[in-house]
Amino acid sequence: MVTRKPSQPTSRQGRRHGAGPSASKRMVVVVTLLGLASLGLIARAFDLQVVGKQFYQRQGDARFLREMPIPVSRGTIFDRNGEPLAVSTPVMSIWANPSEVLDNEDRIPQLAQALGIDADELKGRLEQRSDREFLYLRRQMAPEAAQAVLDLGIPGVNGQREFRRFYPSGEVTSHVLGFTNIDDHGQEGLELAYDDWLSGKPGEKRVIRDRMGHIVEDVEQVHAPQPGRNLTLSIDRRVQFLAYSELKAAIDKSEADSGSMVVLDVKTGEVLAMVNLPTYNPNALTNTPPGNRRNRSMTDVFEPGSTIKPILMAAALSSGKFTPTSPLIDTTGGHWYYLGHDIHDTHNWGVLTPTGVITKSSNVGAAHIASDIDTGLMYDTYRAFGFGSSTNSGFPGEASGHLRPGSSWGLREKAILGYGYGLNVTVLQLASAYATIADDGVMHPPTFIKGGENEAKTLIEPRIAKELISMLETTTQPGGTAAPYAWIANYTVAGKTGTAHKATVGGYSKDNYGAAFAGFVPATNPRLVAAVVIDSPKKGSYYGGLVSGPVFAKVMDGALRLLDIPPDNIGRWYVGGPVQDQNGLIGSKPPEAPNIEEAPVDSGETP
Amino acid sequence: MKAIGALIMLILLMAALASALGVVWTRHESRVLFVILTTLQNQRDELNIEYGKLELEQATYAEPRRIDDDARQKLGMVNPRPQDIRLLR
Repeated sequence: MVTRKPSQPTSRQGRRHGAGPSASKRMVVVVTLLGLASLGLIARAFDLQVVGKQFYQRQGDARFLREMPIPVSRGTIFDRNGEPLAVSTPVMSIWANPSEVLDNEDRIPQLAQALGIDADELKGRLEQRSDREFLYLRRQMAPEAAQAVLDLGIPGVNGQREFRRFYPSGEVTSHVLGFTNIDDHGQEGLELAYDDWLSGKPGEKRVIRDRMGHIVEDVEQVHAPQPGRNLTLSIDRRVQFLAYSELKAAIDKSEADSGSMVVLDVKTGEVLAMVNLPTYNPNALTNTPPGNRRNRSMTDVFEPGSTIKPILMAAALSSGKFTPTSPLIDTTGGHWYYLGHDIHDTHNWGVLTPTGVITKSSNVGAAHIASDIDTGLMYDTYRAFGFGSSTNSGFPGEASGHLRPGSSWGLREKAILGYGYGLNVTVLQLASAYATIADDGVMHPPTFIKGGENEAKTLIEPRIAKELISMLETTTQPGGTAAPYAWIANYTVAGKTGTAHKATVGGYSKDNYGAAFAGFVPATNPRLVAAVVIDSPKKGSYYGGLVSGPVFAKVMDGALRLLDIPPDNIGRWYVGGPVQDQNGLIGSKPPEAPNIEEAPVDSGETP
Repeated sequence: MKAIGALIMLILLMAALASALGVVWTRHESRVLFVILTTLQNQRDELNIEYGKLELEQATYAEPRRIDDDARQKLGMVNPRPQDIRLLR
């Protein structure tokens, strides 16, 4: 503003004075305007501070406050002795904001090299997704390698901690444990069954972040992370490995298609081992045929064949019509033409006691017994032992098997059911049924959790169970179907072989067999029960006693030693065998005991 | 009468001031403690992770298959035959 000079004519001032409004009027205008302006400001301030406060506060916070997940690790799975079977270890996943990385295009080759991927491919991927803000560059890297990538300091490249599951026992435990997907959720097996227990809940915290997304300060914890809980299984890693290697050796030797073995603790129903072949490596899932991932001992069913006979005998002894020694059953000729069906044995066994039917595994004898007892009793006994219903172990995909209701059985079907055709069961069901006999008729439903015993129930009288045990001991004596293959030196063995034709489309296959063995040790005070099924052995014998019997004996021999179960048959090779020495066995090899099913046929025809 | 009123006023003023300072102090304290908590939690996580890794390593070394192979092949060990075992009572 130019200062007025005193030399200016006074007339001008006078004119202005006369023409303009009075000073007080001007004052009013100015004050009014200023007042309105400040009122407007106050109103705006009120609007911002009071009316819109929440909105602006939220918007402000959103610019720098973030809620971040706190990752938690999945619980470890231990075996019954505390050995880890599945462990989660941290890995880093590298992610990027594509447009930010593309702004520094010259550094892409360097980034690609650190990530171990092709530079052109990386650039292609970034360009393809340049409209997004998040792209995984590589998931689940080793922490050291991931740190090297982050140390390059390329803008827009970030790391995120994740967990990866490792299975130290690999393919030996894979069917039982199952596996998790890349987001650490159980997909199969116990990982799926106990996913909620194992996975825990990620926590959440509020942090202050700068423009680049780096965390400046942790402000507060929104909710605390809840790490996954550990799980202790009933599996014994040593027994599991033993079962795996013996089963594998037997399958390789006989060139069989597949096989399964289950070992249970007789007193508790705990699963000590469960193996299946073929198997897969859960640490490297790509390229495994999906069929190999099936836990065959629980998802696949087979016809039990002769291994069902002890259950039939349980019904027969309960009926009161049969005892272990009477009545005598005539199986002469080895054939029984019953209602147009040829039921036959491998040999002509002549007249047998009920015990003899088990010892020699006579189909004719079993058919006679089945047709003599009450249908309702037979059906109820089969059902009670768990056939046709799931064991309720909680395992995903468990099969219940198939057993038609007793009311629909025909006479011929009933006779055939007596020697194990016309129904199908899982290996676990078979093992559980034998465990019931072994524990004096008390059934402990199988469980995979250490100490996770299910409610036990008594199925048959202890007296009948004892009689069954002594009948099953006879199969391992010379002249029984399991001798000498199921012998365990210094221990008594009770068990039963089974050799069943495999059902195929339109009937039974002539030369495809399932070779089974189920039994328990020590017979005088049973502790362990096992069932072995080997499917379609192609080389050598196909008899259950010869193919599956040795697997049973070798695994049990090792397991008895590992679990410190005292011998009950010192100095003997088999039940009732001659005592060789008070302190053990002598001689260079076991006594001769030809397997009766392998022996030359004197009459009748082999199946 | 007037003096008492002024005194009460003063006390209330002091109390309000003290409470305001208290809020500031506790908030600061909670920040400091949260930072310590986070550090300790991170430390715990690191230790847990280290433990998990060691556990995995141990499990891998103690794998029955490895022990079996080493015993049989490197050390030439065999399972004793039943007739080689003496039972002592």
